Amino acid sequence: MNKLTAALLCGASLTGPALADEIWVTNEKDDTVSVIDTDTLEVVRSYPTGERPRGIIFSKDYSRVYICASDSDAVQVMDPETGEILHDLPSGEDPEQFVLHPDDRHLYIANEDDAITTVVDTQTRKVVAQIDVGVEPEGMAVSPDGKIAITTSETTNMAHWIDTESHTLFANTLVDSRPRHAEFAKDGTELWVSSEIGGTITVFDVTTQQELHKITFDVKGVHPDRVQPVGFEFTEGDRLAFVALGPSNHVAVVNAQTYEVEDYILVGRRVWHMAFNADRSLLFTTNGVSGDVTVIDVAKREARKSIKVGRFPWGAAFRPTP
Amino acid sequence: MKPYLTSLRAIVLREALRFVHQRERFIAALVRPLVWLLVFAAGFRAALGISIIPPYETYITYETYIVPGLCGMILLFNGMQSSLSLVYDREMGSMKLLLTSPLPRWWLLFSKLAGSTVISILQVYAFLIIAAFFGVQAPPLGYVTVLPALIVAGLMLGALGLLLSSFVRQLENFAGVMNFVIFPMFFLSSALYPLWKMAESSELLYTISLLNPFTHAVELVRFALYLEWNIAALGWTLLATGVFTALALWGYDPARSGGARRGV
Repeated sequence: MNKLTAALLCGASLTGPALADEIWVTNEKDDTVSVIDTDTLEVVRSYPTGERPRGIIFSKDYSRVYICASDSDAVQVMDPETGEILHDLPSGEDPEQFVLHPDDRHLYIANEDDAITTVVDTQTRKVVAQIDVGVEPEGMAVSPDGKIAITTSETTNMAHWIDTESHTLFANTLVDSRPRHAEFAKDGTELWVSSEIGGTITVFDVTTQQELHKITFDVKGVHPDRVQPVGFEFTEGDRLAFVALGPSNHVAVVNAQTYEVEDYILVGRRVWHMAFNADRSLLFTTNGVSGDVTVIDVAKREARKSIKVGRFPWGAAFRPTP
Repeated sequence: MKPYLTSLRAIVLREALRFVHQRERFIAALVRPLVWLLVFAAGFRAALGISIIPPYETYITYETYIVPGLCGMILLFNGMQSSLSLVYDREMGSMKLLLTSPLPRWWLLFSKLAGSTVISILQVYAFLIIAAFFGVQAPPLGYVTVLPALIVAGLMLGALGLLLSSFVRQLENFAGVMNFVIFPMFFLSSALYPLWKMAESSELLYTISLLNPFTHAVELVRFALYLEWNIAALGWTLLATGVFTALALWGYDPARSGGARRGV
């Protein structure tokens, strides 16, 4: 009987309405998050957040979403099913970007105003460590093995290498002006750092912390001053990198093996961060000034649709639905 | 029925032959929109990219925006060109030969219209292929769905050409057609800039552009190229085709033209 019930339940769940995956976008000026259905490419709901939400990240099991509410000086923990704010985490002042350690427990938060990187335990809700870094820290990354954390500081123009066990800096490497975002690539052997004003991405060898390559951009018909790389993401197997070029309103497609820029895709105004869908066939970019999210067809390398969200969309994160 | 088809075939073939023999005309017809696409559009890249208007679903480059307008430009110039050739025929006397055919005059004029539309559409496709080569591509199916729109738009502009040719008697007067028909029609339309931009600078020009049948021909082509219907544009274009054809028939009516148009 139990087996029959289970089979029936299984059947019912198969025939029930299929839930599409979602992209969550923080709207900096609206104090909300917009949720986009990755199938219909429409905003299906939105939830209020604290003031000036920017960085957004899901826990490993997607049961909680962490949001940097910068002007509320807090990292908020939201239930993604209901949109209810469960509690706040101590974050230090003006949290802008953060990253979740592979242990799914520790958040590394850049505190822009305090020149500090704060490590918070999401279970005990306590600050574990505060590490002095350069002025105006912003970009955050943790290596896949969890041993190294990176903070980039916008004014000092450095990538600070943090040992996650001792919570101390073990290296500082210079990059071009105003580094905004950092990501580990190729199983943690490379570190990529984007420099907004410098207009470049610097690629480091993680073992030696030496610069391997510098990627530059040249968008046809756009003044070089407006080409400002910010957020970027890698496709499957780290074959390609898609780089948001800020007020140039373009996303660059970079071959991550040759470091050559292969394409530029026109999106909305002041493109900032991005997130992929489950199979990485679609990329969703947040366009701050035009207040929308452009959906890029990754295989065709072309913009498919732009979806209106709230004012000044900033961060984006993917959430699969059961 | 057979004589009708024979005459249709003869007139269309004559148009085609005339076109094939004038290679310069073909090249000119292609170069003109290409210059706009590759030179003009390069300078105006920044003019767009700040608003999304149907049928587009995201931000587009200026090149992408003006391609349907340049298809319209080819149809417009060809419509006028065939009108020019009719005036030439009239001066040379070959039109006399054509119009003395026992078939009804409307059929002869329709055949002429069909011939010039076919030639125009071939040129539009040649242009679309070159544009795609330069990276301005529409959805693949769009190249099929645009065909009916091109036929309707081509017939409308061809009918306008016929109408003009019934009133312009001498080749020399054709410069006037250029000044008073082609340029205003082209520039006061959505071919080069979206009409909301026009509305920002002048409400009057916006209204004129909105009434301009060429705007609707361009929008019909634009929507069809992106697999969408634009019923309003279709309605306007068909209405304009009807009106222009009726007036052209009236213009070519022997009873009306009488002595004044004995040259015909």
